[in-house]
Amino acid sequence: MNAYNVIFFVALPYAALLMFLVGTIYRYKATKFKFSSLSSQFLETRKLYWGSVPFHWGILFLFFGHLTAFLLPSSILAWNQQPVRLMILEVSAFAGGVVTLFGLIGLFYRRLVDARLRKVTSIIDIVLEALLITEIFLGLWIAFGFRWGSSWFATVLSPYLKSIFTFSPNIDAVVMLPFVIQLHIILAFIIFLIIPFTRLVHVLVYPLSYLWRPYQKVIWYWDRKKVRDPQTSWTMHKPQNN
Amino acid sequence: MDVRSQIAMVFHLDKCIGCHTCSIACKNIWTDRKGAEYMWWNNVETKPGTGYPTKWEDQDIYKGGWRKNGGEKISLRGSGKYKGLLNIFHNPYLPVLDDYYEPWTYKYLDLIESPAGGDQPTARPVSLVTGKPIDIKSGPNWDDDLSGTPEYARQDPNLKNLTKAEREAMFQLEKMAMFYLPRICNHCLNPACVASCPSGAIYKRGEDGVVLINQKVCRAWRMCVTACPYKKSYYNWNTGKSEKCILCYPRLEAGHAPACMHSCVGRIRYLGVLLYDADKIEAAASVPEEQLIDGQLDLLLNPFDEDVIRNAKENGIADSTLKAAQTSPVYKFVKEWGLALPLHAEYRTLPMLFYVPPMLPVMASLSTTDDSEQAVKLDPIAKFWDKHHRYDTTSKTIMQTVEQARFPVKYMANLFGTGSEEKLIEVLKKQLAVRVHRRHVTVGDIDADLTNATLNEVKLTPEIADDIYRLTSLAKFDDRFNIPPAHRELAIEMMDFAGDTKGSTGFGFKETPQRGL
Repeated sequence: MNAYNVIFFVALPYAALLMFLVGTIYRYKATKFKFSSLSSQFLETRKLYWGSVPFHWGILFLFFGHLTAFLLPSSILAWNQQPVRLMILEVSAFAGGVVTLFGLIGLFYRRLVDARLRKVTSIIDIVLEALLITEIFLGLWIAFGFRWGSSWFATVLSPYLKSIFTFSPNIDAVVMLPFVIQLHIILAFIIFLIIPFTRLVHVLVYPLSYLWRPYQKVIWYWDRKKVRDPQTSWTMHKPQNN
Repeated sequence: MDVRSQIAMVFHLDKCIGCHTCSIACKNIWTDRKGAEYMWWNNVETKPGTGYPTKWEDQDIYKGGWRKNGGEKISLRGSGKYKGLLNIFHNPYLPVLDDYYEPWTYKYLDLIESPAGGDQPTARPVSLVTGKPIDIKSGPNWDDDLSGTPEYARQDPNLKNLTKAEREAMFQLEKMAMFYLPRICNHCLNPACVASCPSGAIYKRGEDGVVLINQKVCRAWRMCVTACPYKKSYYNWNTGKSEKCILCYPRLEAGHAPACMHSCVGRIRYLGVLLYDADKIEAAASVPEEQLIDGQLDLLLNPFDEDVIRNAKENGIADSTLKAAQTSPVYKFVKEWGLALPLHAEYRTLPMLFYVPPMLPVMASLSTTDDSEQAVKLDPIAKFWDKHHRYDTTSKTIMQTVEQARFPVKYMANLFGTGSEEKLIEVLKKQLAVRVHRRHVTVGDIDADLTNATLNEVKLTPEIADDIYRLTSLAKFDDRFNIPPAHRELAIEMMDFAGDTKGSTGFGFKETPQRGL
């Protein structure tokens, strides 16, 4: 266990976790105005369709795939017991990766060629897109070159990630992995680390609550029935609009 | 009965001269910022015309507003819970910058700093988005005053059910007519923007019904831009937040009229309180199309009714607001006199901005005449102009001209009458009756019998006609704008103890409105 391994597989994940939590919560509380997906569809819409749609659906698929393998490794292993099912999972995951990469490269290209978009592209946007492209490319490489990832993820990486989250880091298995896989893991932590400094924060405010809120919304400055009633005292009621 | 109060507006289109002073007043105060250059929270369109953004009324393109599909319920046309969340990665119905126009300025400094040379220096237009020189393709009010008629006016979506002959007639040079349509946010009772916002950033203020976007909650999902059928919610490409007309609420709360209304040169704008029954909103928005206008007017309550007053007080509506409702010029135009109609009620958002339809092009009908006798006396140029046609403005024929209008009633019915001409003819006849009555009083060339018959036909008395005339033509500032006190003093005391923030940055929006990372 040399120092680099401790830095990358113990220190980095905790740093990423801490930064992610503190950074996003601070940003949400203190600089709410800057909390936005910063959509650029208004400036360019056609190329966005071919980039944004495959990228978003693809990355959602990949993210939840990784999450399932982490949280329920036994379910993945059970599924993979039959070679046909293993193939189905691997092929669809690989296809998901290809779709995501296609979309992401499309988005990157779009930002480079459109003069209007360059005005709304920050350095961190470029860094983030480069990181994501590398990460997905590495993921595809791993899926192709070190099969079958869905199975060994469950036996090698899930216990490692679990050990991180239970504050008893065990990196014995991770340090044995090929360099490409290690790089994939390190980059993933780095991406988590920089989330608070990027537009990726919009993932955290995906408006699922829209599904169960009533369509119309009315906000009152005061409790209109009580405020003019001399019999009751005013209730402290801070409107949620600012 | 859930009585609520709404600040509503009436725009008297007959008085609009299309000077755009309102637009400039609004622009200077609210949208003179990076990312907002293309926005006109208040704009004035020439009708017939395609408007701003181009063809905004064509909901086959933009999918705005509510739709009643088969059943009793209404649903958002292009957004909503499922469609909105599915299209969140790419909204196929979003108007983009080119549908409005690319904002630009000129390189004025080149005029001064260019070195001496053989040519006159020019100020090239540069985009306010990219900063690079552009070829201007369109701009605000590009089709003003029917300019570019073949490209713009003829593409007006409101011409859809007019026959080819009717359209041709509208655009003959001798018959061409136009009017101006000033538009701001309608501050609807059933706002589609509020309903479409996935983040829940948009809300209606309970006290006065102003619809606002919370800038700290907006996440640039862009659904409000699609959902608003009037395209009055705009996306700020720089800050990544949507913005819209705020009805100058800081001015309203201080008792001032909104900037666009205050500055209106033609004095076409009226603002006042309407009371409405919030329990009936959904039902009123869901009636069949031909009943929509009546349904909307039924929502509005009589502020003199004992029952309404009692319910209003129970709901915490201040006496001062009730008084404002009783003296509201909007209530008079909309309910008492039935002179003002909502714009495109078929979008089912229950807009709270009402328009008195223009009569000016209706007044005169074009007739072919034989001017040979008169022509002898005129010089050749005048003869040429007035050889075959003349505008008939005699008071005798005045009442016949509504149906045979120079401006097809059918066209205006598409704008203000959900397609039915009946409502529009009624309103126009009322306005004509007031004119006939006033002509009888002031000029005296129309006899009393004809005047009374005209007034009776539209169920007006001379007293009401005089009231209409007074509020239309003579109204002073305080008659046009009846703003109830906001009673903000109560709200602020309850929100924060002001003493706590004394000497500090204060309370409210303290963050610099800068673009996110």
